[in-house]
Parts: sequence; C-alpha cells; structure tokens
Amino acid sequence: METTEQIRDRLLARFPGATVTLVTNPGPAAEHSLLLGAAHAHAIALFLRDDPALQLDYCSNATGVDWPDKEIIDVKKLTVPDPAGGAPKIVEEKTKRMDPGYLEAVYHLYSMALRHGPVIIRLRTTNRSDQVTLPSLTPVWRSCDFQEREIFDLYGIVFEGHRDLRRILMWDEFKDYPMRKDYVDPDDYEWEPTPHAEVLDRAKQHYPTPPPAAQPPDGPSVASAKEGKP
Amino acid sequence: MSVSDLSSFTPASGPTVRAVKDPFHGDLLEVSMGPQHPSTHGVFRMVVTLDGEIVVKLKPVFGYLHRNHEKIAENTSYLGSMPYTDRLDYLCSMSTNWAYALAVEKLSGQAVPDRAQYLRVILAELTRLVNHSCLVGFLFNDLGTSFTPLLYAFREREKILDLFESLSGSRMMCNFQRFGGCRVDPSPEWLAAASQLVNNFPRFLDEYEMMLTGNEIMLARTQGIGVLDAKKAVNAGLTGPVLRASGYNYDIRKVDGYGFYPRFDFRVPLGAHGDTYDRYMMRVLEMRESVKILQQAFRDLPAGPVMDPKAKIRGFRPKPGEAYGRIESPKGELGFYLISDGSPNPYRYRVRPPSLINLTLLEEMCLGHTIADSVVILGSIDIVLGEVDR
Repeated sequence: METTEQIRDRLLARFPGATVTLVTNPGPAAEHSLLLGAAHAHAIALFLRDDPALQLDYCSNATGVDWPDKEIIDVKKLTVPDPAGGAPKIVEEKTKRMDPGYLEAVYHLYSMALRHGPVIIRLRTTNRSDQVTLPSLTPVWRSCDFQEREIFDLYGIVFEGHRDLRRILMWDEFKDYPMRKDYVDPDDYEWEPTPHAEVLDRAKQHYPTPPPAAQPPDGPSVASAKEGKP
Repeated sequence: MSVSDLSSFTPASGPTVRAVKDPFHGDLLEVSMGPQHPSTHGVFRMVVTLDGEIVVKLKPVFGYLHRNHEKIAENTSYLGSMPYTDRLDYLCSMSTNWAYALAVEKLSGQAVPDRAQYLRVILAELTRLVNHSCLVGFLFNDLGTSFTPLLYAFREREKILDLFESLSGSRMMCNFQRFGGCRVDPSPEWLAAASQLVNNFPRFLDEYEMMLTGNEIMLARTQGIGVLDAKKAVNAGLTGPVLRASGYNYDIRKVDGYGFYPRFDFRVPLGAHGDTYDRYMMRVLEMRESVKILQQAFRDLPAGPVMDPKAKIRGFRPKPGEAYGRIESPKGELGFYLISDGSPNPYRYRVRPPSLINLTLLEEMCLGHTIADSVVILGSIDIVLGEVDR
C-alpha cells in the first residue's frame, strides 16, 4: 500500500482546493493520519473508497476525540540592560494565549478487497460550542451509521447528511455530552453513609443536612445500665 | 461478486420501509420487543412494525446496559481497565483481554515472549469454542428447542470454564492478559487436561451435529431466512462469521497475522448463501478449525517465560501517540483505539464493538420474514449486550 504521504499528495493533486494535512503519530505504532477539511471530506471519502489502488471499502472504526481549550504559557527571555551600569539581567516574560479546542472524528479505513490498511482520516470541528457540524460519512460507509450516532450522543458532533441522527446509548431527553473532557456529573447523588470520601463530599453538597439518624429504640441506654439506674 | 460491484454500492437514503396504512392488509401493528424479552439475548429492544406476522420495519434500540465504559477507562490507569474489558463480552473475556493488551503493546512498543503468544492463541481459541458452542445452543433455544441443545453446549463449556478457573482464578472474568505477556504460567497438568479436552471436543461436535444439523425443523426454519448480501455486509462493516457466511473471505487472523497465527495451519470456512443456516454452519466449522489450531499449539508450545522481564508494570506511561489494535474475536473484529498523552491514563480509549456494528443490517435481514424468524436471525448474528452498550 502507498504511504500516507503518497496518499496525501495524490489527494491534493486530485482535489486542488482541498486541505489535506498529514498528522504524524510519534508513538511506536507510527500510524500517521490525514486531516481533511470538512468541505471536501465527502468527496475525498468517496475517492478513497472507489480508487482502484486503495479500495478502502471497509470503515472499521469511527470515533470521536475531545480536545478542550488549552492555556499555553509562552516564556520569552529578555535581556534588560542595567541602568546602573552593571551586567545586563535576563528577565523571563510570560505571555498567556488560548489554544482553541475542537472536537475530532477519527475513521479507520481498511480494504477488505486488497487486504491492506489502515488509512486513518480525521475531521475537526471549528470549536467545541456552536460550530460542531461535520459531514457524515455514513452515505459512503454504512458502518458509520451507529458509530456516528454514538459520536453525536457522547461528544455532540452533528453529522450533516446522516439520515437518522439520534442519541443511541443515552436516553433521548439527556442534555449533556458525557465523553467530553469537561463533562460534570449531574448532582443527583443520594445521601448515603459511604466510605468513599469523594462521593460523600458530593452528597453532602447536595444534601447539606443529612437525614436524622434513626432514634434508638426505647429502653435503658448502655450508659444508664452501667450506672445501675432504673 | 466482483470488486467493481462493491465500489458502486451506495446505501439508499431515507427510511428503508415506510409503515403505511394499507386498505388491503389492514392496520399495521407496532410491537416493542424487549428490553425484557427472553429472546433478545439481554436488554436489547427491537421496535418492530408488523403486517400480520410479517416484519415491515424494525428499529433496534440500545443503551439499556450503557455504563460509559470508555469514560471509566479514561479515568483509570492502563492496567486498571483490564478487568473492565472482561465485562464487555462476558462470554469471551480471554479474547477481549488479548485485544486490549495487543492495542497497548502496539501503543508502547512492548514485545511479547513466544510462550505467551502461544498461550494467548490457546486461550483465544478455547474462548472461541465456548462462544460458538453456546451460540449454537442459544440459537436452538430461539428456534423453540427449549434448553436441551443449550445444556449439551453448557456441559462442554463448563469443562473449558473449569480450565479458565484453575488458570486465572475466575470462570468468566479472567483478567488474564498483561502488557507483555500473561499473568501466570500454566502447569504441565493444566496443559495435559486442556489438551485432552481439546482432543475429545470433536466427539462432542459429532454428537451435537448428529442431533442438530440435519434436523428437519431446523432446516425449514433457517434455510433461506435472513439472507445477507456480501457487498452490503462489507459496506456496513460486518465482520466475523456473519460476514464469512455470506461468502466473503476476511479473517483478521489471516489478514493481519497478529500473535502467532501465521505459524498455524488452519482454513477459513466460508458460506455460500448468507442465510441463517450458513451462519450456524460457520460456527460449527470454525469450532473444528479451532480444534486444529489448539492441537498444533499444544504440540508446539515452547518453554520460556510467559511475561517479558523488561515489561513495566508500575508507573506504566506509554509515550505520546496513538494505536489501533484489532483481533478476530469470536464475534468479529474487536478493536481498541488508544491515544496516549504520556500520562498513566489513556487520553482516549475506544472499543470498536463487533456486536454493535454487526446489528447495522438487522433490519434489512429481517424485512419480509415473520416475527418468529427475526428472533432466529438476531440469534444467528450473535450479540452480547455488555459489548453492544458498553
């Protein structure tokens, strides 16, 4: 099979306006992937499926990944001359910038006919809040049907062109997207005397006053029995 | 079927069948089968629209067993989610363990000693025997042969589970594979007992087949029922025995050659019609091939360590990167997709569940058949809800 670079070059030659970027995988697996622009993703997917040299007729795995906003601190070293005439000082200047986050859909493609693969393609949304639409690849590979529904359900990527985009694992009335990194569990813990400190803390936040402990049954207490009182 | 047919296939858009009021056939009936239904193999639900007894629409509904396994695994260490993988496909915990270990070994570049590779093949093929014999039993349960074939299968399954218990300490939740090998080395007595069990297995299969395969009711209820087209199946990502019953030769043991499978001499059975009967026969034939693999594995099992001595157990932090590892589990392609950011927990942990994706074409397989046949078709696909819902 061609290397990922060769596939990228062929795609760029075939689709002049498209953005196809190589995303390298630094790990030992070294399975590099292709980041596709959303505009041409559907056409490129069709090309990958039907191209006689590739014939990626089987989309094995489709999944989402959440990359939240990241605060990056740039450290710049400045040399400040000493006005008193001494040696110049080196001062570190820190600037903060936000690296905008995005949601990502990853597809692992194999060829069942030619028995090669995987070719990994990625699609990214513009941000994580309001522009989360990506083209659906279900019309190209039907196997994405349930998997794209799952990404929609757990990550909140809206797939345009999916014919039946509903929640699949969570119930329909559910609001949030549980697989996102900033997902907060709903505050519906019941109060219970539990040895798990974290659960107990959360339960206490929800129920500031625990229900009163059960009253001891009537009768002489242990203390009074010891003292011999009636 | 040629390759060019495959590429031109595009799934139709819009609903496959619309439920309409037909003056000749009267009103249609919508039935919610499940989630508490004995024939749905767990908490699975099918919303079936019926015209008389005939299925005209079927919508699968999932999620009743959803516990967000992936999120749990992202919040624990790599090794910490190994016991959770047992709970995915609870009939085949040994193969699921292997799939996860394979993905992590790919992610971290970990080597596996020869003896462990052989041991993994042995355990995975024993798991295949467990899964397929149970599946055949459950299939006959769905056909109305209440429990007798299933108990014959369970008798054999218990023998294999006894082996698993004596090796790993647990019948079903084995938690046996580690990154870089296996947890314990089996004793010579264990290997002798396992080898004897495997040698006796074809006798059980002959007995089983003598009673079941030629059965007239079985033939009438399964032949020509739920026919699956191979090019549709490829496009829908169906894998495992369900795909091969349609005649498409794709077995990851042969294609990827993971583990030590290239060292073994075995054949991949293929169906001709893609109906329920072929899917049943596929399981029986695969069990016979598994017996062949197991006999070779017991013969060639090398001496040596079962765990790579350089494998890191404490403070295991793979370098940043990602990996997708997949195996041919008894149900199809089971894959794990992992992204590491260099921390002790996986940044992204994804299970590619064969049971879920094999259900993609359930509706098309059931359309036009009776509601009783849809139960058998579902049984022949072989799902485990622990894996479908995760």
